[in-house]
Amino acid sequence: MARATRPIPELYEAARAGERRALGRLLTKVERGGAEADQISELAHPDAGNAHIVGITGAPGAGKSTLVSRLVTDLVAAGRRPAVLAVDPSSPLTGGAILGDRIRIDEGNDPGEGRRSFIRSMATRGHSGGLALAVPLAVRLFDAVGYDPVIIETVGVGQVEVDVVGAADTAVVVMTPGMGDAVQANKAGLLEVADLFVVNKADRPGADDVRRDLSLMLDLSHMTGQESDTGYRPPIVMASALNGDGHGDVWTAVDAHLAHLDDTDTRSARRRHRIRTEVRARLLQAMSDAADHEMSSPSGTEWLSKAERAEIAPTHATDQLLEQLLQPTEETS
Amino acid sequence: MSQDGQIRIILAKLGLDGHDRGIKVVARILRDAGMEVIYLGLRQTTDSIIAAAEQEDADAIGLSMHNASHMTLAPAMVKAVAEAELDTPVIVGGIIPDEDLQPLRDAGVAVVLGPGASAEEVAQAVRDAVASV
Repeated sequence: MARATRPIPELYEAARAGERRALGRLLTKVERGGAEADQISELAHPDAGNAHIVGITGAPGAGKSTLVSRLVTDLVAAGRRPAVLAVDPSSPLTGGAILGDRIRIDEGNDPGEGRRSFIRSMATRGHSGGLALAVPLAVRLFDAVGYDPVIIETVGVGQVEVDVVGAADTAVVVMTPGMGDAVQANKAGLLEVADLFVVNKADRPGADDVRRDLSLMLDLSHMTGQESDTGYRPPIVMASALNGDGHGDVWTAVDAHLAHLDDTDTRSARRRHRIRTEVRARLLQAMSDAADHEMSSPSGTEWLSKAERAEIAPTHATDQLLEQLLQPTEETS
Repeated sequence: MSQDGQIRIILAKLGLDGHDRGIKVVARILRDAGMEVIYLGLRQTTDSIIAAAEQEDADAIGLSMHNASHMTLAPAMVKAVAEAELDTPVIVGGIIPDEDLQPLRDAGVAVVLGPGASAEEVAQAVRDAVASV
């Protein structure tokens, strides 16, 4: 049918004209990676660069999706066209995934009115670095076809997720009472990337403790000189997304952060950082692929089995393989 | 289906039907079979499912039906898919009397799975339905 046969430039034009099916199809190709994804990136590049990119992260069950649902409703009501990329983990065993963020995001967003918004679920898919490649490209595509803001929602575990959220214009970290999150967030390095904290489920006992802990840690960042040199201090917003409290304040703070970036001329620095992160991720992926290729080459298998038989040390085998890897003339076609 | 073999399937309860134990089991079965399950859960409409199918570029739509409304709602879903110019197969699972099987297939439902289906049969039925598009 029409679905499989349309060439990418045609799909892209259709998506620009507002055809959601075409955008959905392009996102699948982006997720799959390879030459088609690169082609989409090239097409989208000239049209992108306008959207406010917002990363929202937090522990599983923190209420990210419920909060995003509220934000999407508000944004649509305000005449914006928000896109959401909801990232959920794949099973490391089977590669399958249950992507459940839509349940909450769709709720209260009537598909008729919701025509202004676009929500896409993305599984992390086992392959290393896949997410780091697919997310920036999907964001660029959303941006290029006219969505603004673009919200990336992800569970805040794993370096890739932290990198992805940290590379947004505005990084929002969602915390909840009763999980010792303040310390956990410090461990995960999330605190450093946050531009804004949301204490969700603020109607629950302990919410004020979370705020106090966060506040204390922000004071410490100030003492250790980690606070940004522009004098920006991440605000802490109390919210109860389920009850519909505080989500307006969250977006006000997100907008205020964007205004701060514009005022201090630091938005371009974010963009440069984002581009560096993406290029680096792509390079690493290419090298990782090359390493896999080298290891399965005839001489690679030979060095590998020598190491496996303990005839040589693993370091020796690595050196040999690396030497071959860095000489593109030898059997790397 | 995506070339990398990763099937993306939407699972939903259409209309007023709160019996969601089965659909949760099926979601887990399909996840363990290596598929990406976009779980919409309870109280969906044909509109909300179509909106999700477009945005998610779903390879299949799975409906769990336990309230005897399948003869009305399943064909309505098939019709909505056609009207949206999608080619997504509609798969129905649940308590479906034998005499309704053929009428459902005639109405364009790709597969009907009953309570006796094994995990492997469920996963294979989805793969077959997706491959037949």
